[in-house]
Amino acid sequence: MATKTSPDKKKTGKAADTTNGEPQAFKVIGTRPIRHDGVDKVTGRAIYGADVQMAGLVHGRILRSPHAHARIKAIDMSAAEKMPGVVAVVTGKDMPDLRDKMADLGEGTVNLAHLGANCLAHGKVLYKGQAVAAVAATSPHIAEEALKKIKVEYEPLPAVTWVLDAMKDDAPLLHDNVFTSEMGKLGKQPSNIAVHLHFEKGDVEKGFAEADVTIEREYKTASVHQGYIEPHVSTALWNHDCHLTIWTSTQGAFTARQQTAELLQIAISQVTVVPCEIGGGFGGKISVYLEPVAAILSRKCGRPVKMIMNRNEVFEGTGPTPGSFVRVKLGAKKDGRLVAGEAWLAYDAGAFPGGMIGPGCMCVFSCYDLPNARVDGYDVVLNKPKTAAYRAPGATQAAFACESVIDELAEKLGIDPIELRLKNAAREGTRRVDGPTYPRVGLVETLEAARNSDHWRSKLTGKNRGRGIACGYWFNIGLKSSAAANVNPDGTVTLVEGSTDIGGTRTSVAMQLAETLGIAAEDVHPQVGDTDSVGYTDVTGGSRVTFATGLAAYEVGLDIRRQMAARAAMLWECKPEEVTFADGVFRRGDKSTSFKELAGKMHQTGGAVVGRATVDPEGPSHGFGAHIADVEVDPDTGKVTVLRYTALQDAGRAIHPSYVEGQMQGGSVQGIGWALNEEYFYDDSGRMRNASYLDYRMPTAFDLPMIDTIIVEVPNPAHPYGVRGVGETPIVAPPAALAAAIYRAAGVRLRELPMAPHRVWTAKKMTNDEC
Amino acid sequence: MVKKTHVSTTINGETAEFLCEPRQSLLEILRDTLELTGSKEGCNNGNCGACTVLMDGLPVNSCLVLAVEAEGATITTIEGIAEQAHLHPLQQCFLENAALQCGICTPGFIVAAKALLDRNPKPTEHDIRFELAGNLCRCTGYDKIVRAVQDAAAALEGKH
Amino acid sequence: MATVFIPPQMRDLTGGADRVAAAGATLREVLRALEAVHPGLAARVALGEGIAPGLAVSIDGAITARGLLAPVQPESEIHILPAIGGG
Repeated sequence: MATKTSPDKKKTGKAADTTNGEPQAFKVIGTRPIRHDGVDKVTGRAIYGADVQMAGLVHGRILRSPHAHARIKAIDMSAAEKMPGVVAVVTGKDMPDLRDKMADLGEGTVNLAHLGANCLAHGKVLYKGQAVAAVAATSPHIAEEALKKIKVEYEPLPAVTWVLDAMKDDAPLLHDNVFTSEMGKLGKQPSNIAVHLHFEKGDVEKGFAEADVTIEREYKTASVHQGYIEPHVSTALWNHDCHLTIWTSTQGAFTARQQTAELLQIAISQVTVVPCEIGGGFGGKISVYLEPVAAILSRKCGRPVKMIMNRNEVFEGTGPTPGSFVRVKLGAKKDGRLVAGEAWLAYDAGAFPGGMIGPGCMCVFSCYDLPNARVDGYDVVLNKPKTAAYRAPGATQAAFACESVIDELAEKLGIDPIELRLKNAAREGTRRVDGPTYPRVGLVETLEAARNSDHWRSKLTGKNRGRGIACGYWFNIGLKSSAAANVNPDGTVTLVEGSTDIGGTRTSVAMQLAETLGIAAEDVHPQVGDTDSVGYTDVTGGSRVTFATGLAAYEVGLDIRRQMAARAAMLWECKPEEVTFADGVFRRGDKSTSFKELAGKMHQTGGAVVGRATVDPEGPSHGFGAHIADVEVDPDTGKVTVLRYTALQDAGRAIHPSYVEGQMQGGSVQGIGWALNEEYFYDDSGRMRNASYLDYRMPTAFDLPMIDTIIVEVPNPAHPYGVRGVGETPIVAPPAALAAAIYRAAGVRLRELPMAPHRVWTAKKMTNDEC
Repeated sequence: MVKKTHVSTTINGETAEFLCEPRQSLLEILRDTLELTGSKEGCNNGNCGACTVLMDGLPVNSCLVLAVEAEGATITTIEGIAEQAHLHPLQQCFLENAALQCGICTPGFIVAAKALLDRNPKPTEHDIRFELAGNLCRCTGYDKIVRAVQDAAAALEGKH
Repeated sequence: MATVFIPPQMRDLTGGADRVAAAGATLREVLRALEAVHPGLAARVALGEGIAPGLAVSIDGAITARGLLAPVQPESEIHILPAIGGG
């Protein structure tokens, strides 16, 4: 079932469904209520991290390394400390020495010494922009001036910023305690290669021998930034009772609490993290940067310390996504059946290990049923900021390569690119190259919807124009979520959940509770709790909130229904199990009462009703998308204009279609920016030369057409309402879809991102010169 | 420390006076001194538009205006867009179109869009995209923002 | 018995075998059974009560959140994978 949803924003309701044991014609799910936090956000009242004000507040600023790689020989802070208005100065020496301690952060394990050095350097700086010291002062201007008075003596070292260079034997070595790990088996010599992964399935050599057509190509991608408009910001108060409270912009209050506690070696219970409204994250606001620094400044001066990064610091000091080199080889029979695949991926991790190579390797062939395949992947440290997750981390680089080779295969075989993909599409039972098999997934339905779409069936006319298509895949992780809800006497419900709301998830979670209780979405009042007021909840990431926190809300609803049924039983003098519930009404025999009526009798039947749930669904679920792009290439400049764009995706079930579309549109545009002009531009000394929005140049409204969306719904068997995560998949397909479109428009295959005007122009010129 | 300057302005229809250092931006004064934190700081160098306010009717990046330059000016911030008891049609249309995700760019977009509609009540899609190109959004891909402004233009036309 | 798929980079511990059968009602029991036949394997997969850093274990398609306490069915398919996060 595919629904073209974009212009039809008033559409309500869904067909009756009996999937997954919740047989209902939905009343709330599939409708488009106004988000609960909306009014505050359109009037400027919502409190984001930078809006936190309190008495006695002082302002922290960070001194950053001017070198890409250097040893810190000495730091002299005396002049800064003496400045009027300066209340504290700290360096890495003010944080505990953590050696090689590891911490499990729910979403993954992290080396605390590395995490700590990324907040404040210890002994060595590994990238330009790494934090070296911090100052707190009575005004941000004084703090800024004080930074200039800190004298740091550096011994510059050779730097390396391209992944293949960093893998060479004679490359500058970043860490003397990083050894190549091959699934836990460590190499003997220190190396910039932190991880080597290897997967194999079937007999690859035999597979390629059977192929009628084989294509092998190499691809490069530049580092790009998540680009959230709100810079990192944290305010910390180390109170005189030693309790630390942090108001911060984070994707996960609980992981921020744990990271801070582990880095400062204090008890988790000593820290409260209050998540403020968050101005975008996309994976980049999971790791802590400012929280521990603001905390130790506050400990030193006894006042609340607020730290805000400027935009330049966000680019140079916080995680971009890996730059990459990927080689993909695919073999197919004449009829288009894929028989073998091979991929070799090298991703940069930035200055510390722990990049995105695992998911890169697991995603490169994830859209296809390949009988024989081999994948090798390398996680490589180099002198760039430590990478952070960015929407489907690792998948976009891999898909750019694989999907581009698929497009070339389709051309060479003379098969329509959708038909070729359908012939080989992953489906239920397909064994992935990393081993597991797929449950029910929706790639085939998504491709069929693409084939039937207005966009694909329309004719594209005009000179220098072309159309491309590509698929994208990302996991939806499960992880832990908690929620609790209080029933009010007027029949409304107050919901407290632990997932910070980046894109309207308060509403998509509240709607699942409303559906379960048979009440209106507006009758649930959701709020995001701090770490002291809600049960443990993992990060807002991994496309998990509407799925997992939504599942928690559903479980809360069941808990409330059970308790309310017992209240009805009390009134009707029967057993609770004799009371049934459907469509918001409790019934027994000829007696019935609505949820609202019963809530009004709460206080005479035993007092408050509080529902609660904590869930830990074991993912992953699997999200597939397909994107169609029409472009025009300016023959004189090489500039690519996107004329028309359609994103299709299996959402399982769209709870709030507007916000599902929003994820698809926003992810598509981030992918378009990545594809066409975003990049970290480094000079020979390892300095980023375009660390401002003006020079980095993310897409503006004027660069884009409307982004059409088609939501496909193949319900997820692992969720009562069939939800799949939708947030990340949409960024994966755009670069390959655009590369295919550019090829048809201009006759050149671009294999390096970004496909900026100079690259398109040069490629075209080279082709013309050859002719 | 440099002596502070006294500045007298009209903000959201009310007289507002403040003391500022010569180096302080209007954005800093709005947020930190006057506690009008609806205007957001995304870049502090005029690239993102999150701090857009109307200064004598024209949209400006308040991070690029020195506070002392505001002497005698009439300023409208996001806090002054809604009418007494109800939202401005732009605000209502942003909500109905789900034209915000994280919401950090929303105040700037609404103020910039108001400036556009004040000057050009019937903008084309091209006009809207051109006029709002100075406001960055990283969440929505702009589609729903453009539709919200189109709907607001239609709603305002109906009111006149 | 459950089937444990051995990733190529751990096959040095299983004499090259790409999958081995092992009995157990939990992942801990399965690993214990494997360790008896293929010494060194358990230490690569597990650390304390949990999965080793950087790894994840998939049982019948689901990444287990229960570490070594994860239940295993007689026909289960067990895979050792790199850990994944998300944005």
